[in-house]
Amino acid sequence: MTEHLSRGCLAKRNSDREKQMKKVIESTDISKAFGSTKALNDIAFSVDESEIFGFIGPDGAGKTTLFRIIATLLLPDKGEMKVLGMDCIAGFKELRKNIGYMPGRFSLYQDLTVEENLNFYATVFGTTVKKNYDLISDIYSHIEPFKKRLAGKLSGGMKQKLALSCALIHKPKLLILDEPTTGVDAVSRSEFWAMLARLRQHDITIIVSTPYMDEAMRCDRVALIQNGSILTVAPPQKIRNGFSRKLFMIKASEKYKLIIALRKYPGTVTAYPFGDSVHVTFSDDSIDESLFRFLSKEGLSKVTAVETEAGIEDRFLELMKKGATV
Amino acid sequence: MNNSVITVRNLVKKFGSFVANDNLNFEVYAGEIFGFLGANGAGKTTTIRILSGLSAPTSGEVIVAGINASKKPEEIKKQIGYMSQKFSLYEDLTVKENIMLYGGIYGMSKSLIKERTENLLEKLNFRDYGNKLIADLPLGLRQKLAFSIAVFHEPKIVFLDEPTGGVDPITRRQFWEMIYETASRGITVFVTTHYMDEAEYCDRISIMSEAKIVALDTPENLKKLYNAATVEDVFIKIARPN
Repeated sequence: MTEHLSRGCLAKRNSDREKQMKKVIESTDISKAFGSTKALNDIAFSVDESEIFGFIGPDGAGKTTLFRIIATLLLPDKGEMKVLGMDCIAGFKELRKNIGYMPGRFSLYQDLTVEENLNFYATVFGTTVKKNYDLISDIYSHIEPFKKRLAGKLSGGMKQKLALSCALIHKPKLLILDEPTTGVDAVSRSEFWAMLARLRQHDITIIVSTPYMDEAMRCDRVALIQNGSILTVAPPQKIRNGFSRKLFMIKASEKYKLIIALRKYPGTVTAYPFGDSVHVTFSDDSIDESLFRFLSKEGLSKVTAVETEAGIEDRFLELMKKGATV
Repeated sequence: MNNSVITVRNLVKKFGSFVANDNLNFEVYAGEIFGFLGANGAGKTTTIRILSGLSAPTSGEVIVAGINASKKPEEIKKQIGYMSQKFSLYEDLTVKENIMLYGGIYGMSKSLIKERTENLLEKLNFRDYGNKLIADLPLGLRQKLAFSIAVFHEPKIVFLDEPTGGVDPITRRQFWEMIYETASRGITVFVTTHYMDEAEYCDRISIMSEAKIVALDTPENLKKLYNAATVEDVFIKIARPN
């Protein structure tokens, strides 16, 4: 009885919270196919105001298709997509004024200068660079010294900063970034994410896709996406906690030999290389002397094994495997 | 005893007044997995183009598989394999046609191509895909096939330019196991990547910054040297010293 009551209270509290927190995106069972290829299957999720929401998944998972539907550039076959309270189909004209979209492929005018591109986008949206400069200054200041340079002549990192500046110049409520860090080196990626975090103070909601699992930790919540379906949606730490087994980090002098040997060991469930170690799960969730004896018999030396916390990528691998066997 | 398959001495490459490679010196040993890292624009692509005979050094000495890159760049091409994320296979040809094309370019006999094609399709579990167009294959399979074709003629060295970009985490790992297997056969693997965990899989890595090689050692030694927990931390310390 008490349990029933308290659950009722909790439900009420949750619904109150939902009322306070405006939904910026509400996706209900969105599906999209191209010919016989199913790009998206019943995609359902919502994004809260001022969230940084990440879509993490490999190429071909459906990230770009989904983003194009959110950006009103593509019609879903089925389902409903509401953005900023408006329907993506009926309200597309109004929506486009409030969305900033940075596609995965660089799509600014290569034969216009940096400055000309920025002015062009500001004018199209009926504003001026001066009016919203405070929003982009953190990003644009890096490329302003090159404002007379043609956009086509910029380095990859500078193109990315210009594209982001152009996507922000009309002060959108929702910023859509499709794989902004793909092919970008580890340091520039880290700087880019720091810039996104600073944008938060301007009350901009951000959805961003990436194939780099480590970037998930920079998001408030992430959706893991694979083959057109969402595997899970949760804050990154919660996704890590969802790993179903005890995970062990095993090292030895010869990595490749170690992987092969671990796969042969009867108690092994999974063995994946992770950096300088192998992440392994065992059917009895523990390790004992027999493992070390086995590995030493396989000719491996300097073997160490410790329990470790699962990362996003561990959980993604686990969810992928589950999907594959269903 | 000299078992280096790549020797680079005082390599300089300029485009006009722009210095893309500023006095590089390094060696790559036979059968090793050599990770060639650096920030975007550091000059990696320029070096790879020189090592594969596509571009001539401005000055310095580059020996690849025993061949001088300044003198006989065409000879180098026969001794190496190459694969990149951006372009790997012809999409409008089938799997078998692609294999045939590359085998033919490298001067392999028809019977040898046929024999190795059978082996390759078997090994990759690709039996059903032989007559499929590349365009119809998922990205992960394509990249695995592209790698297999890059080493199809058993080159001395294979250059892999960001081979795993955008690939799902399971395929990425299967791909690295193929790299390990290839290296264990004695083929030297020269690889670039933006995944810093992959850098840890390499025997040795070099890190380029602003046209220079600023670090070169095993991942373990670099981590010790830079007092860092991961290669990513080493990379960040080098690329942004402040």
